[in-house]
Amino acid sequence: MAYKTKTGSLESYEKGVIELNDDLRKYAFSNIYEVAGKSAPFERVAVVQNLEYVAEAVRVEGDGPWYAAPHDEFAIVMDGEVTFRFIKLADDQVPGHEGGAVQLGGEPNGPRMGKVVARKGHQVLLPHGAAYQLSAASPAVALVQTVDGPVTVKRWTEICETN
Amino acid sequence: MDAPAQKIVATGTDESTGYDSFRLGGFTFARDEYFAHIGWPKGSHIIEIDRFLRAMVRDIGWGFFYGWIFFDDIFGTTNHYGTVDIFAGSYDAGYKAQGIDHLETFPAEVVAEAFTTISKNWISEGYDPLNAPLETGTPIGPKGKEKEGELLRSFIAADRMLGLPGDKVVRTEADGFSINRAFADMDFDQPEIECEPGFEGQLHAINLFDHIARSDITWNPSISAVTRGNICCVTSEEHMLPVIHGNDRNEWFIQLTDEIHWNIADKNTGAPRGRVVMKAGDVCAMPADIRHQGFAPKRSMLMVLENGTPGLEKRYASGELKPYPVDFG
Repeated sequence: MAYKTKTGSLESYEKGVIELNDDLRKYAFSNIYEVAGKSAPFERVAVVQNLEYVAEAVRVEGDGPWYAAPHDEFAIVMDGEVTFRFIKLADDQVPGHEGGAVQLGGEPNGPRMGKVVARKGHQVLLPHGAAYQLSAASPAVALVQTVDGPVTVKRWTEICETN
Repeated sequence: MDAPAQKIVATGTDESTGYDSFRLGGFTFARDEYFAHIGWPKGSHIIEIDRFLRAMVRDIGWGFFYGWIFFDDIFGTTNHYGTVDIFAGSYDAGYKAQGIDHLETFPAEVVAEAFTTISKNWISEGYDPLNAPLETGTPIGPKGKEKEGELLRSFIAADRMLGLPGDKVVRTEADGFSINRAFADMDFDQPEIECEPGFEGQLHAINLFDHIARSDITWNPSISAVTRGNICCVTSEEHMLPVIHGNDRNEWFIQLTDEIHWNIADKNTGAPRGRVVMKAGDVCAMPADIRHQGFAPKRSMLMVLENGTPGLEKRYASGELKPYPVDFG
């Protein structure tokens, strides 16, 4: 039997359903492609919140700002092709806030570490001690596993199904 | 009456089927050709053998996972991270009302040894409860030659990220993990990593979909990346989750491909609350006060985000933390 795997994209996705005799806000049901489709480029919109931890849906379009975090982060490309560029930070450049990514004022001084070009289904390490920039020639989507931080955007009422 | 055994004890062999029976504390376990039979001082219960073995093997492999693992609405385990409850009817309104429910707490290693002993005796060659039903034989019938090999394999848990030097490896063809038939239509390429001189090995990326597509087992997550206590688990799901999971904390599902139908019920009573159908790109929280069971018509890829902070289960149980994750403000 030949199987047809269904994935989603900014251009084409099918949202599921939530039918519960309960307060739907407890389930915070959303769709990554829908959220990214309605977001400005590089808004990091929380679609998961686990106490201090989040996952952010990001619409990647053009060249983004530079970010850094005081811990590892990880990005999964969910649509399109994304280039990740990395710059090594000196110890005194590594952000010291509690957690989450912080947006830098521009490209930081420091040696270029290289780049990763990733497509749908690829998971990329955004290592502690490095600044990073996401770029995409065409609109793409990334899901970032991180800590709730200064650039995390929350608009649960807009993105989630409610009763 | 004998004192409850604190280790599993074999209590006999059925002459017609060849399977051993066992006792652990006040619980007894026996099987026939079709069913597992569980007994306790005030009651008994029967579970279809395929479902029982699929649940038991995963319960061992997961290290009893987070919270409640219901083999069905009546029988299961609760993880207290060091000790494990085995219960029967403790979270069923009818059993509770009749006073015929039963719960005993054991050291986790005692339950692991017990479930391993039962599984090994009751699983014969040709059947692997970790495989999808279309990819394995049947457990019904009399005892055959006991299955050997990695029957009780547990999940892969990366320390930082899969594929990093010194960390857990991604699945590959060379290691014997072929792309599953259900994902044969997908294209799998690798991310391109270009390191500047002096930074070789410091950048890292993998094809996570390729790793998931090569899983030879179902409903058995592997940890792919860890940000402090923020744990990314990925798994391939086909047919039905052979347990009903009641978490002791909030967790999140992100549907990566295809779809899964989740039945949702009240954790304490089992009363149905409804269902969630998740399709590719959907995100849904599983609150800490529910139990859920998934059904995947086609093998799909699921990502689960767990908060692995130690002691979280006590903070939810005490009411310090709300049983749902988002404050809408």
